[in-house]
Amino acid sequence: MGVVTLTIDNKEVKAEEGMTVLEAAQSAGIYIPTLCHHEKLETYTACRICMVEVESRGRVRLDTACSHPVANDMVVKTRSEKINKIRKTLLELMLAHAPDSAILQEMAEEYGADKGRFEKESSFCIHCALCVRYCAEVKKKNAIGFVNSGTKREISFVPEIASQECWKCKECFPLCPTEALQAAYVLAGALTFPVAPFELR
Amino acid sequence: MDDSKIDLIIDKHHAEESALIKVLLDIQDEYGWLSPKALKRVSEKLEVPLARVQQTATFYKAFSLAPKGRHTIHVCNGTSCHLRGAQRVLDKVQELTGIKPGETDPDLKFRLEAVNCLGQCALGPVMEVDGKIYGKMSPKKAAEPLKKYE
Repeated sequence: MGVVTLTIDNKEVKAEEGMTVLEAAQSAGIYIPTLCHHEKLETYTACRICMVEVESRGRVRLDTACSHPVANDMVVKTRSEKINKIRKTLLELMLAHAPDSAILQEMAEEYGADKGRFEKESSFCIHCALCVRYCAEVKKKNAIGFVNSGTKREISFVPEIASQECWKCKECFPLCPTEALQAAYVLAGALTFPVAPFELR
Repeated sequence: MDDSKIDLIIDKHHAEESALIKVLLDIQDEYGWLSPKALKRVSEKLEVPLARVQQTATFYKAFSLAPKGRHTIHVCNGTSCHLRGAQRVLDKVQELTGIKPGETDPDLKFRLEAVNCLGQCALGPVMEVDGKIYGKMSPKKAAEPLKKYE
């Protein structure tokens, strides 16, 4: 593996080829906020909160740090007016779903996001898919998945698998960036009413 | 429900994971909907986690996870039909069948859909049952055609 040299926030960083900007930044002790990222899981790029400005070959692009591969002479900015604005709006949208999430509130303070900008629609879920992906990729049980699409998309336990596996595992609960209780709630629902919980239409 | 055909459909697609959507579509064509049993069978045979089969089946509007009625009633509520009183026809059909648009009655006899144009504007208000057009409808006339279906 070759070594590439890039600049992150005016700091020269050496990284291995094939690493992502996020990994390079973390190895250099530079903080980039993340919500849907987890080192044990595949890159997902759902939350967009790790958005950075990447300048390479004379062009400036916005991309998610968790997916953007490092390259020689790349110049990365992890904070700028543009990025702050993007993160602020993202947080405002997510806070409409999960207004009580501690981590979101903490970030909201940092970026001056207004919790009340969008009408509350408390689903507690920001679709980071950490629970879904952890169950599939690490535990290989696939006890939880998404159902429906668009604004109706939500997590759903598969009752047959959940009743066998979930009570003794529950490892997905602390991963949830919003409200771990929601997972518990959905699980309880799935076990109590063992019908497919997706909307019948 | 006779589900022997599910396996045939799956085998036709060589039980390949990549054929998931095609398999689901074919099962739906055969039975009119995707039963929980069918989803489970597909998951087992294609070796796709049930959570993913559910995710796919709920993602697309083309899939129905509830049984559809033996007969589908479309009541047109497009501009032309609407102006000629389609809403009153729809109200009457709802009253007769006891279901709202998008629903199926408990006997699985009728499924009701309100649609926006059937391309038969000159005949409006139009009602369509299983592809057969009934034109110049009125609340009074709506009952007659429905009697024919069992």
